[in-house]
Amino acid sequence: MEKLVGWVDERFPLTKMWKEHLSEYYAPKNFNFWYYFGSLALLVLVIQIVTGIFLTMNYKPDGATAFASVEYIMRDVEYGWLIRYMHSTGASMFFVVIYLHMFRGLLYGSYKSPRELVWIFGMLIYALLMAEAFMGYLLPWGQMSYWGAQVIISLFGAIPYIGDSLTLWIRGDFVVSDATLNRFFSLHVIALPIVLLGLVVAHIIALHEVGSNNPDGVEIKKNKDPKTKIPLDGIPFHPYYTVKDIFGVVGFLIVFSAILFFAPEMNGYFIEPPNFVPADPLKTPEHIAPVWYFTPFYAILRAVPDKLLGVVAMGGAIVVLFLLPWLDRSPVKSIRYRGPIFKAALTLFVISFVILGYLGMQPATETATLVARVCSGIYFGFFLLMPIYTKIDSYKPVPERVTS
Amino acid sequence: MSDNGVNKTRRRLLAVTTVVGAAGAAATAVPFVRYWQPSAKAQAAGAPVEADISKLEPGQRLTIEWRGKPVWIVRRTEKNLEDLPALNSTLRDPDSAEPQQPEYAQNPNRALKDEFFVVVGICTHLGCAPSYVKSDDPQAAQLGSDWKGGFFCPCHGSRFDLAGRVYQGVPAPINLLVPPYTYLSDTRVLIGVDHQGAA
Repeated sequence: MEKLVGWVDERFPLTKMWKEHLSEYYAPKNFNFWYYFGSLALLVLVIQIVTGIFLTMNYKPDGATAFASVEYIMRDVEYGWLIRYMHSTGASMFFVVIYLHMFRGLLYGSYKSPRELVWIFGMLIYALLMAEAFMGYLLPWGQMSYWGAQVIISLFGAIPYIGDSLTLWIRGDFVVSDATLNRFFSLHVIALPIVLLGLVVAHIIALHEVGSNNPDGVEIKKNKDPKTKIPLDGIPFHPYYTVKDIFGVVGFLIVFSAILFFAPEMNGYFIEPPNFVPADPLKTPEHIAPVWYFTPFYAILRAVPDKLLGVVAMGGAIVVLFLLPWLDRSPVKSIRYRGPIFKAALTLFVISFVILGYLGMQPATETATLVARVCSGIYFGFFLLMPIYTKIDSYKPVPERVTS
Repeated sequence: MSDNGVNKTRRRLLAVTTVVGAAGAAATAVPFVRYWQPSAKAQAAGAPVEADISKLEPGQRLTIEWRGKPVWIVRRTEKNLEDLPALNSTLRDPDSAEPQQPEYAQNPNRALKDEFFVVVGICTHLGCAPSYVKSDDPQAAQLGSDWKGGFFCPCHGSRFDLAGRVYQGVPAPINLLVPPYTYLSDTRVLIGVDHQGAA
């Protein structure tokens, strides 16, 4: 065995990579519950890729047969229902995990210097994941697939001058049609996953270059053992955190299986009821709402009475996240040592984000629109006022070493 | 050599090669971008369609498909036509200034013949299909006590009157689109072809 590894090491940096990223990658010893979601995101990615490969074996990307082929997978293919529900549940769980992962970043200031690029790569993954989920949702070719795509593609029509030709170009037809379905299939199955995988690698390489943050926001590399040069507060990722993450995986899989076997449609939140009706270009469902993970942004879109500005606000809500590392002027990273203003701002932000998510599923009434406007204001206020309130906010002294 | 050993001829060759290579790459992108345009087949499917309106009663609506989009033909009542001018102050574009209709339909009723209103049934906000709500429908109560009949988009609450004109304070920015159409006879409408002659 050792001889074999030696033989490989002379030709490929196997042991070197193992040490760099696992056995001698020193992570802070004080990781808590919030640090499960990075590895869980990786797990869900694997679930999506594997189940996706199997679904592709029976799915037909054709306007005339797509809906029937999904039903065929559900009813006639052995365990087809399981694979399909794993994929659809996986899509929603991906966003659950990613949102919690991003919230962790907000809590402990993980986006702050020197981890700006880790955050940027992560945000690119998030943006791409939304595109991937959107295109995937068209494939079952149900009513909500069809009209959801119709609405989202029409957003590009708001762009002055080129809008109409751009939407025509995206659809490849005068309406969402077979041509649209086929190209979305191609992008969903080949183009986006390749880019996604590349970005995940970049995200991890950037993280391992600067080292992980922790709940105290202390740089563990500042306190190294003078002899071994190992951070005093660091422990090797393997075996310590691989074992911890396996525990997380078990907990996650319990939740995942419970949804998968008992409520795979999650009462219309993971798969919306109109999507069990085949796409009909002449009949819009009574109420079009995107899947839950898009609804906060959808609510922001609807809150603005002007079409172009609505689209700009929706795009801006994503773009502003990219700027986070430069908006935060606080000298401390972690919420533990931040002052009351930031804590209040973050609480308000989370509440308004959840309310926006709820409103995005509901029909647009006058009261709902008013509430959505207030929450959109808080959403943007959290980011755009951050340079001011993080500067005037008080903070507690940060300890030299991590606390246990 | 002068210039600290820099061979200028080679540098120039390098620059020229880079420029030519970039131009080549840009040119190669053209077929990939054009590949996404509607195919010849999709364009052919956009041919004109004919509709028979002889059986349409006042107040009724007929839906036909043109270029994959729903086109509505609504037969308006005398009362409907009388109501239209009264709504002008609540509309965003009462005089149809935006080019959302062919020239021959740029009139107060937005139609060739006042009675028959031909319109693409797709909301100008984000492309949903609005529902047709008459003034005496149960749903009209939700739209205010003085709803004169018109179209209501369930997606984001946009409202249009019976000439497809958009109300103020709703997300849809402009009036519903009137497609090119013409009458082949009193009872046959051809959608997708412009009306010739005096409007």
